[in-house]
Amino acid sequence: MDPINWHTLFFLLFAGIACAFALGVVFSSNVVRMAFFLIISLAATAGLFFLAGADFVGAMQLVLYVGGTLVLLVFGVMLTAQSPFISIRTSGGDWILAALVGGSMLAILVPTALMIGERANMPSAEADATTRAEPPGAIQPVVMAKEEPTVAMLPPVPVESRPTATNIGQALIGVRVDKLEETNERKRAGLAGYVMPFEVISIHLLVVLVGAAFLARARRRAKSRFADAA
Amino acid sequence: MVEFINEKIFGFSPTEAALAVPGQVIVALWAAFLILNLIAVGALLFIWMERKIAGRIQDRLGPTRVGGRFGWLQTLADGIKLIAKEDLMPGGADGLLFRLAPYVAFCASFGAFIALPFATGWVGLELNVAVFFITAVLGLEVFGVILAGYASASKWSLFGAMREAAQVISYEVPLGLCIVIPVMIAGTMDLIKIGNEQAGWFTNWFLFHDPFTFITAFVYFTCATASVNRAPFDLAEAESELVAGFHTEYSGLRWSFFFMAEYGSMLLVSALGAILFCGGWNGPIPVVAMIGGEHASQLSGFAFVVANLLGTIMFLGKAILGVTLMMWARWTLPRLRIDQVITTCWKYCTPIVGVMFIGVMVWQAYQLPSPRDLGWGSLEPGSVREAWHPSDEAKATPAVDKQARVDDLQMTDDAQARVE
Repeated sequence: MDPINWHTLFFLLFAGIACAFALGVVFSSNVVRMAFFLIISLAATAGLFFLAGADFVGAMQLVLYVGGTLVLLVFGVMLTAQSPFISIRTSGGDWILAALVGGSMLAILVPTALMIGERANMPSAEADATTRAEPPGAIQPVVMAKEEPTVAMLPPVPVESRPTATNIGQALIGVRVDKLEETNERKRAGLAGYVMPFEVISIHLLVVLVGAAFLARARRRAKSRFADAA
Repeated sequence: MVEFINEKIFGFSPTEAALAVPGQVIVALWAAFLILNLIAVGALLFIWMERKIAGRIQDRLGPTRVGGRFGWLQTLADGIKLIAKEDLMPGGADGLLFRLAPYVAFCASFGAFIALPFATGWVGLELNVAVFFITAVLGLEVFGVILAGYASASKWSLFGAMREAAQVISYEVPLGLCIVIPVMIAGTMDLIKIGNEQAGWFTNWFLFHDPFTFITAFVYFTCATASVNRAPFDLAEAESELVAGFHTEYSGLRWSFFFMAEYGSMLLVSALGAILFCGGWNGPIPVVAMIGGEHASQLSGFAFVVANLLGTIMFLGKAILGVTLMMWARWTLPRLRIDQVITTCWKYCTPIVGVMFIGVMVWQAYQLPSPRDLGWGSLEPGSVREAWHPSDEAKATPAVDKQARVDDLQMTDDAQARVE
């Protein structure tokens, strides 16, 4: 049996699907086809998360992005439908703007991706020697891929699937259980988890909900007043 | 099973998990084969049941000829007819999307089954967040419907698809809230653990946990019916207004894929309801535990397989009962209008579930009495409850300042107990 590294194979498969359909989104001109390609691309990204052992983030990707695209599509079609198949033509200015934004993103991401190999070996090796009894050179299994979305780019190791949902939940209510035993002071930073961002986002969403409800109410009231006047 | 196949059939025991893939592939293919057949055979059964139930409710006999007295081979005859039909595509349709749409709908329905356990440990892929995964993937089915409606280049189809989109997006909210309630009681999103927490007598089912969960179960059923687009919420294919809605332009095998997806989703939401509220694979009377002294999850070897088989039969029975209820509702109630559908969701289901959610929360917080307290045949909470990873738990004990920190923070009782 050939020692094929299946993890890499699946990674390349999902990454290839994600990239190919992302290009499909760019080069298609039909709104619904674009949305369909985008959904496949995002679903392949969710596949990458599952491959990295981050079940929760993968499922979240499906709910938020794939479901979100769906809503976007529905409203896009409903609000813009003039002819049977809507096509979008990209103007020259849009191309330049998109190339600028996309190019600068790429310029940041490529060096970061190349740095990961060094970073994975550098500081954690000494810290790990004290806390974990792992053979030297072994790369620590990824517990929370949420912190490191680029984890799939690490040298391929089989990722053991460990329950991440509880850890993420505990982190949201104020304690990073994965950092409780951390002896390295630098790595202990952020032990308090994400209570503050969580609360801020909750209040933000509440405001959005109230605003949406208010807008929906106001429109109806205006109409009924108009009806009374008539 | 993966180790078994690798060792006995391929004759090697892999040292690295990355090399264990041949065995894993075989196991995965086997699981996929079983699930696919469950959906296909389920669709055969449900279409026959639908015809029979519709017939009886309308005071006629339903199919009687094909395959003997009860017409139980009727679906097979239907299938042959569908395969033999001409495959049509409207001239103005978007060919690629029109062809893909049925498969998208079917794949979403099929994908969700991967994480659905049929008994303790019998699951395609044991996920820590199985409930969440299933709701996420099930929500994708509507995308196939929208693609179909849009790509058909027909106004009926487009109207049907838009109604479906509005309806499914709305009903995801109360449905999600309904699902959160059993998750909150069980303290885990792992369906196997949720099922095992309800082991023992039927008094341990979450349906009877308190009055609020009892009502929630019925709201869940309503929302599930709506989210799989069944009557009285089948606005997307309302034949009195929209010919056949989103699948107006489909014929033959493509059309039947939509139906397989629909019956698959019906089975899925019923099965999910059975796990969340009705004990899953645990019967109303713990027969296995009474004979063997132990729950299936504590057995091993042959006894485990037998106990799990009984559990699977019990589980599928509950799921099929749920599907039957949906059929009963379909042939009894008139179809709602679209505004009534949305009103039912936002003005009735969502507030009711919200109140139930708070009710269950209070019930849990004040530890009000519930039939579960009798503890008839239930498993020890520690053996099923998910908490921290064991290694975390072992390490968390020594440091004193950490313990103080942990005690300050509000944690689950379980985690606190472990730290102490």
